[in-house]
Amino acid sequence: MSLLEIENLSVHYGGIEALKNISFTVNAGEIVTLIGANGAGKSTTLKSISGLVSASGGTIKHNGEIISGLDTQQIVERGIVLVPEGRKVFSNLSVLENLKIGAYLRHDHAGVAADIERMYDLFPRLKERHWQMAGTLSGGEQQMLAVGRALMAKPQILMMDEPSLGLAPLIVRDIFSIIRKINEQGTTVLLIEQNANAALKVADRGYVLVTGEVMMSGAGHDLLTDKSVQDAYLGTSAH
Amino acid sequence: MTSTTIIQHILTGISLGGAYALIAIGYTLVYGILLLINFAHSDIFMMAGYFMVFAMAVMPWPIAIPLVIAVTIFLGVVIEKAAYKPLRAAPRMSIMISSIGVSYLLQNLATYLFSALPKGYPTISPLKRVFQIGSVSASLVTFLTPVLTLILVFILMYLINHTKLGMAMRAVSKDYDTAKLMGIKINQIISVTFVIGSAMAAIGSILYFTDRMSVTPFSGTLPGLKCFVAAVLGGIGSVPGAVLGGFIIGISETFLTAMGYSTYSDAFTFLLLILILIFRPTGLIGETVTDKV
Ligand SMILES: Nc1ncnc2c1ncn2[C@@H]1O[C@H](COP(=O)(O)OP(=O)(O)O)[C@@H](O)[C@H]1O
Ligand SMILES: [Mg+2]
Repeated sequence: MSLLEIENLSVHYGGIEALKNISFTVNAGEIVTLIGANGAGKSTTLKSISGLVSASGGTIKHNGEIISGLDTQQIVERGIVLVPEGRKVFSNLSVLENLKIGAYLRHDHAGVAADIERMYDLFPRLKERHWQMAGTLSGGEQQMLAVGRALMAKPQILMMDEPSLGLAPLIVRDIFSIIRKINEQGTTVLLIEQNANAALKVADRGYVLVTGEVMMSGAGHDLLTDKSVQDAYLGTSAH
Repeated sequence: MTSTTIIQHILTGISLGGAYALIAIGYTLVYGILLLINFAHSDIFMMAGYFMVFAMAVMPWPIAIPLVIAVTIFLGVVIEKAAYKPLRAAPRMSIMISSIGVSYLLQNLATYLFSALPKGYPTISPLKRVFQIGSVSASLVTFLTPVLTLILVFILMYLINHTKLGMAMRAVSKDYDTAKLMGIKINQIISVTFVIGSAMAAIGSILYFTDRMSVTPFSGTLPGLKCFVAAVLGGIGSVPGAVLGGFIIGISETFLTAMGYSTYSDAFTFLLLILILIFRPTGLIGETVTDKV
């Protein structure tokens, strides 16, 4: 049994069918990536797992239990946490408060305080700026904060929606090495990227999403060297 | 005007301003969370006036006051659940229209139940006791209102800026979906906002009506509008802004009335609104509008 099983998931926005019967699985301990062009339905997939949009068909199972239809807050309680597209830090809260609010459902004060220190070790820039309003951070710092905020919930499954979007190449490299580190410490990762090259390199397995359907799947390395994936998503950057 | 009468008017103005500030906080908090101008707020304030009339008919004031606050909170939360919550995903205009509907509903309900004739507001005797300081004399309520207002505002600011609940309120006011992803129950936070706004309106109502003789079903309309202007003047969404706006409007209204321009005092309030909307739409101390997408 996989940790997360998505079976024949469909999502409609009014008349638009954004997801058409997609199925995929995420096993405990893995990094799984969903790659696809803009508008393929990647964000919709994560939002429906988080309960932010409701599915029109299919099921989502966590530990074998159906979780489609639960409130977002109940999904978070189960340890499935999303770093949303565009970071979405609370610009009117300080850096420290953003970290604290990530631990909103936790009641172990000592544990939360220790985890804040852990985040500061992981992202030293955040420590220097802990009192600053999050809206004043640079894009890369905001992404670090969004990841740190999600980790404060102690997720079992961390879902990330295009964490590299709009960031400088050096920062992107940092982000991907942090993703690997988080995974090595025991967190399962479901990663969504347009930057297919970088995503497939860190991922154990990948799925290719094309206009709401899963077109291909396989080990990260296999997809990276697949001719059709290279042509469609990797451009010349893979060579 | 002699210096004594000036001090006297300043006192009266500050006191009126304190009551306005408490009501204005309800507008500003709800706007901050729902981006809704809650037109029913003035009528919640009016209903609190009637609750006091009926409570004091059968019980002493120390029991009546907490009961009236509790019932007013209940009314505010029920209105939110019945008239605004079902429209959470609807365009902002729909929920605004719903609040106008609730406003008329409450006025008509009050007219039907209590008649349009003014009901005498009960006297809370300790509040009416007159104090003499030098040559200035005023009742306790005049001194108490601004002090109580500042204490309540201080507690509220502490709650918003230094507690977990307040942090969640600020997060929800920024972005519903991301707040949900933190595990925050949006509806719970919105209810809390209505609890606070209605409690402040109930206290404001007691202080305001104690200085007046009676309540009618339309008693809320004009003070409500003025308090809405106070909230906009200070910067809607900002609690200190609402308080500042409340005091400015209370004091200027009192002075215009004292100088014999009472006919123009309401017009002046709305002139202020127009001027602020033209020259400083974010209000005196409101934040510059940040991107809310
Ligand atoms: N809130 C929405 N309302 C209507 N259509 C939407 C909405 N969100 C996304 N879509 C549509 O659904 C499709 C998938 O979008 P999305 O999941 O955001 O794609 P991706 O994240 O892969 O870029 C697109 O065609 C997009 O236009
Ligand atoms: Mg997307």
